[in-house]
Amino acid sequence: MSAPPLLTATGLARAWGGVRAVDDVSFSVAAGEIVALIGPNGAGKSTCFNLINGQLQPDAGRVLLSGRDITGAGPARAFRAGVGRTFQIAATFASMTVRENVQTALAAGRGQIMRPWGAGRNVARDDAMRLLALSGMAAQAERPAAELAYGDVKRLELAIALAGAPRLLLMDEPTAGMAPADRADLMRTAVAVARKQNIGVLFTEHDMDAVFAHADRILVLDRGRLIASGAPADVRDNAAVRAAYLGDGVLFAATSGPHPGDPKSS
Amino acid sequence: MSFWIAQFLTGLASAASLFLVASGLSIIFGVTRVVNFAHGAFYMIGAYVAWSLTERLAGAFGWWGGVLLAAAAVAALGALAEILVLRRIYQAPELFQLLATFGLTLIAADLVVMLWGPDELVGRRAPGLTGSIALFDQMIPAWDLFLIVLGPVALGLLWLLFNRTRFGVLVRAATQDREMAAALGVNEKWLFTGVFALGVFLAALAGALQLPRESVNHHMDLRIIVDAFVVVVIGGLGSITGAFIAALLVAQLNAFGILLFPKISLVIIFLVMAAVLAVRPWGLLGRPDVAQRPPAATSARPWRPLGAAGRLAMAALALAAMALPFISGEYLVIAATETLIFAILAVSLHMLLSVAGVASFGHAAFFGLGAYGVALAVKGLGLGMGAALALAPLAGLVGAGLFALAAARLSGVYLAMLTLAFAQILWSIAFQWVEVTGGDNGVLGLWPTGFAAQPAGFYWLTLGVAVLVIGASRVIMFSPFGYGLRGVRDEARRAASIGVRPGLMRWCAFAIAGTGAAVAGALFAFLKGSVFPDTLAIPVSVDSLAMVLLGGVQTTLGPLVGAVAYKALSIWLLSQTQWSKLALGLVILAVVLAFPRGLVGVVNQWRDRWAKRPPGSGEHP
Amino acid sequence: MAAQQMPSGSPVASEPDADGLRVDGLNAWYGQAQILHGVSLDVGPGEIIALLGRNGAGKTTTLRAIMGLVRRSARQLAFRGADIGPMPPFAIARRGLGYVPEDRRIFTDLTVDENLEAGRQPPRPGAPQWTPERLFELFPNLGRMRGRPGGAMSGGEQQMLAIARTLMGNPYMVLLDEPAEGLAPRLVEDMAAALLTLKREGLSLLVAEQNLNFARLLADRAHVLAGGATHFSGTMAELDADPAVRDALLAV
Repeated sequence: MSAPPLLTATGLARAWGGVRAVDDVSFSVAAGEIVALIGPNGAGKSTCFNLINGQLQPDAGRVLLSGRDITGAGPARAFRAGVGRTFQIAATFASMTVRENVQTALAAGRGQIMRPWGAGRNVARDDAMRLLALSGMAAQAERPAAELAYGDVKRLELAIALAGAPRLLLMDEPTAGMAPADRADLMRTAVAVARKQNIGVLFTEHDMDAVFAHADRILVLDRGRLIASGAPADVRDNAAVRAAYLGDGVLFAATSGPHPGDPKSS
Repeated sequence: MSFWIAQFLTGLASAASLFLVASGLSIIFGVTRVVNFAHGAFYMIGAYVAWSLTERLAGAFGWWGGVLLAAAAVAALGALAEILVLRRIYQAPELFQLLATFGLTLIAADLVVMLWGPDELVGRRAPGLTGSIALFDQMIPAWDLFLIVLGPVALGLLWLLFNRTRFGVLVRAATQDREMAAALGVNEKWLFTGVFALGVFLAALAGALQLPRESVNHHMDLRIIVDAFVVVVIGGLGSITGAFIAALLVAQLNAFGILLFPKISLVIIFLVMAAVLAVRPWGLLGRPDVAQRPPAATSARPWRPLGAAGRLAMAALALAAMALPFISGEYLVIAATETLIFAILAVSLHMLLSVAGVASFGHAAFFGLGAYGVALAVKGLGLGMGAALALAPLAGLVGAGLFALAAARLSGVYLAMLTLAFAQILWSIAFQWVEVTGGDNGVLGLWPTGFAAQPAGFYWLTLGVAVLVIGASRVIMFSPFGYGLRGVRDEARRAASIGVRPGLMRWCAFAIAGTGAAVAGALFAFLKGSVFPDTLAIPVSVDSLAMVLLGGVQTTLGPLVGAVAYKALSIWLLSQTQWSKLALGLVILAVVLAFPRGLVGVVNQWRDRWAKRPPGSGEHP
Repeated sequence: MAAQQMPSGSPVASEPDADGLRVDGLNAWYGQAQILHGVSLDVGPGEIIALLGRNGAGKTTTLRAIMGLVRRSARQLAFRGADIGPMPPFAIARRGLGYVPEDRRIFTDLTVDENLEAGRQPPRPGAPQWTPERLFELFPNLGRMRGRPGGAMSGGEQQMLAIARTLMGNPYMVLLDEPAEGLAPRLVEDMAAALLTLKREGLSLLVAEQNLNFARLLADRAHVLAGGATHFSGTMAELDADPAVRDALLAV
């Protein structure tokens, strides 16, 4: 018996008003593995993602992190269990400097966030700088976060997510909203850090370049179901995946149903 | 039995005017998302204008013509206010809007006294409806019966307006989805103006229709607005039917509360409101407010603790302040003491509003708890000044802690309304629980003892406490906990994802702010030597809010500067002019419209522009 | 692969087209996030143009940006010869440019008739004119539920109401965001037929679409977006003639 995989999702299901947004989805992510979750509009990606990160309670199924049940645990508990995340629309603390953003995350991770004395600016300075160096933001440590270019906001967000020393990193459309040139760069940084620290990564993404360049494995959702899973080359050649994306095959059957849980992002 | 029926009919009659005012408030909020504090002022102006038109010009239009003309004229005034003031602040945080419309209220309060004099005016009664009609062995005024009929008729007419006219359809569409309405070619600007004028028309009409029931006076505005707030919050902001049901409920609670529970009649409606919000946080027929705005815009300029020079300057300032009693007379020392007390209050509100990003429109609650805490400690427990000053802040801590638990599910406008309701509940208790609080007569004889018995001594004591509180607030602000608070304010989702618990942080912010405000209240009790229900009343909440916004909500020194400037200004205005409300109202409008960043914010902006140094390299207070 | 620049299949007419929509170098932002990086497209009078791309390519944002519903900038943003760049949404709508959002955004409290009334604008010279009665011929289902609140309608009925509501403004052109999404297969065919009817009436349409087959049924030409920028402009035939381009931009 080997140790359980880092993340195991079994039989996840969630319906919105009768529509099965996520329908019996099972998969796993190993430590150090980079896994992409893709699918056409309304496939159920966001719902699936929110089931994994504990934001949503599934109708059925379980989410295990190293064998420990974190199903519907909520963000704070998922964080303590070792789940870090970045958001589709990047969320940083705009009233702080770049370094203070990471220091706040470090203070929270180390149980110091309720301490009403001592300078917050001096908490774990070195560790904050180390994380900023990892995400390529060391040179901008003293800048106000509110002035950063969006690509750098995304990098800062990565540093914040890493501050909790996560074992699993969830990235919701990490390159959304970035200039095309910055996208590859950010993905390279994230993947390099994950490999170095043996962090498992699950990410959703629209940019197929990013998906095929970085994912070890790709999961394809269509209308709530997992229709393919495998190495990038296999997924690219998969007939069901082609049909799901292009609407080939039966003329109209490929128009998918609405999933209220999926924020539209196109 | 017949007496009860009569009381019930009186309640129904009151419900009609309450409904007119509240429905106007609700319609305006539904479309513009502005909570119009000035609604009570328009109600009052409606009554005054109607008095003039029916009294002086009765021959020209007749009584009814005068009433309708008054409502129309005030509606035009409302449209003007919308165009001149509200149009500029639709995007602003909601507390700015509340404060701006409160500024309008202050201006209106002095203007009516200027134009109509301070005395109550008794209006003419409606021709043909002057008598009483015997019903169930009781004489019911015919006018009340007219109002009882008017309520449902008004609801029906509003229903027709909103369901059978193009204007109504567009208003309902915009209430539900402003952006989509705009994409369909609806000009929001003029729709907003039209809706505001309609809402004001209803308020002014309600005021005019009060002529036969009560005399016209310049306290009508605040009396009606609090009830109207309660009605729209219970009914659900934006729902007219909700306002109708809630108006009936509130009017009957008012009518019967005084009979059944004379001791707590004023508290009842607020308790009902709190209960409704606990079960349905958006009121009976309201909907969750999807477009949540932050209560205070986030600063793009990171906060910095003071550097060596800044600390030195603050220390020098404190030392200079210590010298004040040696160089000035007693009057100035007492005025300075009061200013310091309000600085403590503003700093405590700043912790809640600016650091934690939680809207409060009822900070007087905690201030008053501190003041009454002193009264209880001295008169009830027989404690001395020192012990009372140490214990009283606990009242604020407990009050804020309990309140924050009850309000945990609310945010935005509804939270602001509930803080207001909480302060009003405490005010009602202080007003009615005469055995303990002395009611309107207050608690007297709370004089400081020992070295503090002299004004100079008490000034020094207050200065010491202020330095402690302000110092503590800055330590907290820049501690890891302070960063956690700001993290929750900036991005609650992100904060939760790094293990910060937004609910817990906000609760702590309430507890800290409540304690700080109670410290100020306790000192205030000893300064005045007495405690009155006024310490819990709306003006205290508004003053503290105005101070924070005047100083600059996005700055760390703002509350200090704002408190000193605002208090000094209002003390000076009181001594210079009898129209101090008018002047203060204009100042508030100027702050909200011209200096939304506040005094310290403006200074920072200038410094940035002149210095042009790289951001983040210097010390920004 | 999405980064490669596709040569334009049919070069856009060099004459400024006073009657259509011309968009050049359109950028758009949500907060700090830049979603569009220079979208260019054009729609001529009476044309149906498909705006294709995978989800996330920027189709919805393009339509919202044209309507002025998100922060945007553009080298050119002209509708019927007028610069609509500085205009607020309501003014753009009043120039005869209609918009039907992807999530329909029916006024759920309002009945079918009231929804239509909310969209009504005065007739426009040269544009097809609509009355509720004419619209009920186009969408017979709606005519059977005139008094029903929008919130009590099925997704397909809401979609038809959303289109009918916009048509009540008598527009010259309508921006349609995924009109077939979430419809049952039979309704998709009805929708395609209805849109072709609109074209015969003289209406121009810019249809954001993910389903290539649906787009083929309707469109004369297509613009394909990837990563918030235009990567192909040409006829549907030209797009189909180059499977490599098509798969690179639309398939996995």
